[in-house]
Amino acid sequence: MGGIPHDSYEPKSNAEKWIERRLPIIGLMHATLTIPTPKNLNWMWIWGIVLTFTLVLQIVTGIVLVMHYTPDATLAFASVEHIMRDVNAGWAIRYIHMNGASLFFIAVYFHIFRGLFYGSYKEPREITWIIGILIYILMMATAFMGYVLPWGQMSFWGATVITGLFGAIPGVGPTLQTWLLGGPAVDNDTLTRFFSLHYLMPFLIAGLVIVHIWAFHTTGNNNPTGVEVRRTSKKEAEADTLPFWPYFVIKDLYALAFILVIFAAIVAFMPNYLGHPDNYIEANPLATPAHIVPEWYFLPFYAILRAITFDVLFLDAKFLGVVAMFGAIVIMALAPWLDTSTVRSGKYRPMFKIWFYILIVDFFVLMWAGAMPAEGLVPTISLIGTIYWFAYFLVILPLLGVLEKPLPQPETIEEDWKASMAAKKGGANVPQATPAE
Amino acid sequence: MAHVDDDKGSRRDFLYVATGAAGAVGVGAAVWPLVDQMNPSADVQALSSVQVDVGDLEPGGQVTQLWLGKPVFIRRRTEDEIAAAADTPLDDLQDPIARNDNIGANDPADDANRTLAPFGDAENTGEWLVMVGVCTHLGCVPLGEAGDFNGWFCPCHGSHYDTAGRIRRGPAPTNLPVPVAEFVSETVIKLG
Repeated sequence: MGGIPHDSYEPKSNAEKWIERRLPIIGLMHATLTIPTPKNLNWMWIWGIVLTFTLVLQIVTGIVLVMHYTPDATLAFASVEHIMRDVNAGWAIRYIHMNGASLFFIAVYFHIFRGLFYGSYKEPREITWIIGILIYILMMATAFMGYVLPWGQMSFWGATVITGLFGAIPGVGPTLQTWLLGGPAVDNDTLTRFFSLHYLMPFLIAGLVIVHIWAFHTTGNNNPTGVEVRRTSKKEAEADTLPFWPYFVIKDLYALAFILVIFAAIVAFMPNYLGHPDNYIEANPLATPAHIVPEWYFLPFYAILRAITFDVLFLDAKFLGVVAMFGAIVIMALAPWLDTSTVRSGKYRPMFKIWFYILIVDFFVLMWAGAMPAEGLVPTISLIGTIYWFAYFLVILPLLGVLEKPLPQPETIEEDWKASMAAKKGGANVPQATPAE
Repeated sequence: MAHVDDDKGSRRDFLYVATGAAGAVGVGAAVWPLVDQMNPSADVQALSSVQVDVGDLEPGGQVTQLWLGKPVFIRRRTEDEIAAAADTPLDDLQDPIARNDNIGANDPADDANRTLAPFGDAENTGEWLVMVGVCTHLGCVPLGEAGDFNGWFCPCHGSHYDTAGRIRRGPAPTNLPVPVAEFVSETVIKLG
């Protein structure tokens, strides 16, 4: 796979030969699990496994929750309380599912920013990157619809605000909004369709995850140096890589165990810390909560939505806010073509590094602004944050490729690896190239 | 197989196109019910109208009535509120159109065009304001007697409406809409 020379699977026993001749599934699993993986991957390369695990966790807990949940506007809220109080271990399963969404997004943000820093989106991994953004968009849709199901105040009003976004589209907007809601306002018909789609989408995500893995197994993994694995001979390839099993599986599971300890502590001791108390009040179409806030993982984009408070030409502020919010996500998918630098890894790009760290800060500033009421300085700060987000992709990435003088990169992964090992063994003089980690 | 260079197209070409077209129509017909089932169902669509008794309402009082799944504000305005709205020049408005389903679609948003005439021949003093209490930005319910213009304030994204429910500041694009409504007696308003 990946054009990286390595041993392929040879069936040995008669049983293996019998199966392999009819369905080459053992060979496929062998190739997937033993894929040559750059041996210098650092701890930012664990999030893929964390995400895969979380997807399975959410599907399993979700299927179990459906056995006790009732998708009906008059019964939904009570059925969630029934899960919390009456169903055996129901409270644990629901709290895991609820906080599992947060774990999912923490992991996906680390994963995305890892890709942005190390240039994982660059040639030849554009399709892997775009499928990843599609998965992220589907995750957002799934999380949003799932949040509506308990039919609390935040569920109801969150659904009202988000479906209102579609009503802002000039022309077809109101028709589209009515079609999404199944009526003039959020009601039982909205709840039942969201329930159906919330159940469907994780399986679409699972399908895209397989394509995502297929794509980067074709190109091979990126790595902290951004230097490609040598493919000229098997000996050289083996000097740059280690098989995924057992080396990276064990490393990833170690990291996963560490993350799950923290996750378990949150589920057990502070399960509602990331939620909103308003969602334990049943939905009421006559009273909006004083301050509608989406879940934390939507806040940066919610801030972008609210940042546009002025009309431009014939386009009103409402529509422009919606365009900016969706645009902020779509623009990430275009990064492979907006970034003109031929150097992949941010480690060797001194100017890029600074702008990238500002982008991280910008992300947190927007997250904060999204959580604040739209008063005082907050709209101005949101607007500045929004401008930087777009400028990073549309101005900074294209210009840096021309203006920046990158640092020397190591010739091979092996060279970088040896340098970093030598540095660890006792601070011996490290030859030019900086170690990967 | 010999390739036939014939511009007119053969019988086989025609069959390809006809089969493809029939297939496309068939798939479209099969998909349409799946799309259309998401539109409002017959019971949701059934036009509802409600009658609201406003006899007990004093000036400065307001009732909220659920109508077609949305709250409708019925407010008996005080003299100060009427004066504040009536004295506002039309040039100060973000949305100059009345958004009143009882009058023309392009009538200006002066205070008289926003209010509901009382029963019979009584003079319209501008006391009665009836409007859908759903922020035209993203659909939250605005809070009454709040905001920079002492009208309504939407807590979600900070839209300020004046005492006639007209958008004055913030992201909302239009005034709060006035639904089809009329007084059917001295004290009863019919919505829809």
